[in-house]
Amino acid sequence: MNGLQTKKLTLKYGDQPIIENLDFDIPIEKITVLVGANGSGKSTLLRSLARLLNPTSGEIFIDTQKLQDISTKQIAKKLAILPQGPVAPEGITVHQLVKQGRYPHQKWFQQWSKEDEELVEKALIATQLLPLKDRQVDALSGGQRQRAWIAMTLAQETPIILLDEPTTYLDMTHQIELLDFLFDLNREYKRTIVMVLHDLNLACRYADNLVAIHDKKVAVQGTPEEIVTTEMVKEIFNLDALIKADPYFGTPLCIPKGKGRRVK
Amino acid sequence: MLHSFSSKIIGIITLLFLVALLIFCSLAMGQTSISFSLALEVLTQYNPENPDHLIIATSRLARATIALTVGIALAIAGTLIQTLTRNPLASPDLLGINAGAIFFIVFAITWLNLQSLTQYMWFGFLGAAVAGLGVFFLSSLGRDGLTPIKVILAGTALSALFISFTQGMLVIDEQSIQTVLFWISGSIAGRDLNMLFAVLPFLVTAIIISLFIGKAMNIFGSGDDVAKSLGQNVGLLKIIMGVLIIILAGGSVAVVGSVGFIGLIVPHIAKGLVGTDYRWTLPFSALLGAALLIGADILARFLISPMEVPIGVMTALIGGPFFIYLAKKGVSKQ
Repeated sequence: MNGLQTKKLTLKYGDQPIIENLDFDIPIEKITVLVGANGSGKSTLLRSLARLLNPTSGEIFIDTQKLQDISTKQIAKKLAILPQGPVAPEGITVHQLVKQGRYPHQKWFQQWSKEDEELVEKALIATQLLPLKDRQVDALSGGQRQRAWIAMTLAQETPIILLDEPTTYLDMTHQIELLDFLFDLNREYKRTIVMVLHDLNLACRYADNLVAIHDKKVAVQGTPEEIVTTEMVKEIFNLDALIKADPYFGTPLCIPKGKGRRVK
Repeated sequence: MLHSFSSKIIGIITLLFLVALLIFCSLAMGQTSISFSLALEVLTQYNPENPDHLIIATSRLARATIALTVGIALAIAGTLIQTLTRNPLASPDLLGINAGAIFFIVFAITWLNLQSLTQYMWFGFLGAAVAGLGVFFLSSLGRDGLTPIKVILAGTALSALFISFTQGMLVIDEQSIQTVLFWISGSIAGRDLNMLFAVLPFLVTAIIISLFIGKAMNIFGSGDDVAKSLGQNVGLLKIIMGVLIIILAGGSVAVVGSVGFIGLIVPHIAKGLVGTDYRWTLPFSALLGAALLIGADILARFLISPMEVPIGVMTALIGGPFFIYLAKKGVSKQ
């Protein structure tokens, strides 16, 4: 098992290169967080890892197999992706949505099995949505809705889960709740998690492996405490910042310079 | 809403009875009122000497059968097109697919002097395909791609274009007006069963295939990316749905002309009854579409008696207010 790997990967939208000649590895059973400025191509890279976008050139490997050579259904058994801001069909219930996660494991004529039902229930329990399972997804709060989508990817039972900005639109409480949940999922169930996050401080807290995307490639990769420095933040985000250790966790804390009220 | 499996089955059975009842009404009711027992007699022991039997067998049986088939076809086409475009206001008539089919059929009649029903059918398919692809390409232009509002705008524009082309041809060739008028207004009255039989194998095949793709459509409903990440071949499903829509809508137009609004309103009623699970929404839509069109055809016989309202006008009378309601609901939701 080698997780995900890219070799000389180039991604383009039209004529515009987004990622160029990228070689990089995503370690298995770890939390990897992609960070970078707006438009740096981190979401594009994530989408290509799930084959939602085909490479212009180069290759992506999953467990040493070429992603291009595997059927969409086989990929769906190895890897689940939660795209940014998914929209559920009108009127669909939480239970119905989570059941969709079992789709890649079923044949079209196959009936719903006991195993399917158990895994769906497990996903609902893990996301604390069991009491809400008959509610419509439209009627949930932002945090609950995001959990419903994550429950769907959990029911998919894949060793690798990719998430594109899963904390967007969530308030602080729900952001922490969601990231804690993904953290447990990784530590207890050994799922490989790859996600794009905007908040560098949260990224430093949860990532085993931080990947900074800049100038069409991976500028730097490693544990946050190794790589996050004033110079790195300046280079990647073009931001002047002070890096301190988080008083609670000891992980790097990025304090941006700039204007604002000063009380000391 | 019908939640449990058993209540949905009961719903299906109820609708089957309703459709059967309406077919009987369609055989018995009209300018010449015929008793239900006599209508039953025609089916069991047909006697061509009896004038009432003759009315039923030659005219009303054809109407009922055509309304049944076309009602199912249009309702399923509507459900498919609303799912494919992810647009609750989409339907074969609003997206110009009916208008495209009519234009090609009228062209075949006035310019190519074609007379065979099978040829009309192929021209209907061709017109539906041209209009469908036209809407698809027009609305994918621009950077934000295929948005619901652009789909509707492209459909309305193409629809208007095809209708004015059709009218233009009629201005040049006035003699054809009588032959083609019925395609433009949509009519079940006076249609020959042979017209239906030419298209029937295509419609039935498309209807049966549609009933088997419900599960895939459920997945597709969550968006291209989610569907792909769940292992669905999204491109293939879109092509299948597109071809089914063209066969169902184009085939319907070849038989009865433009009958609007069935494809628009029926999917909403079905979803109101069984929710968004296409394994159920599709069969419910099929039966509701049949019931609605047969019912509308019966009403059309009495509204301005002794004349008949064309069925396309009848469905527009029922569907127009519903469309306004839907549009308003959509606006207030945003």
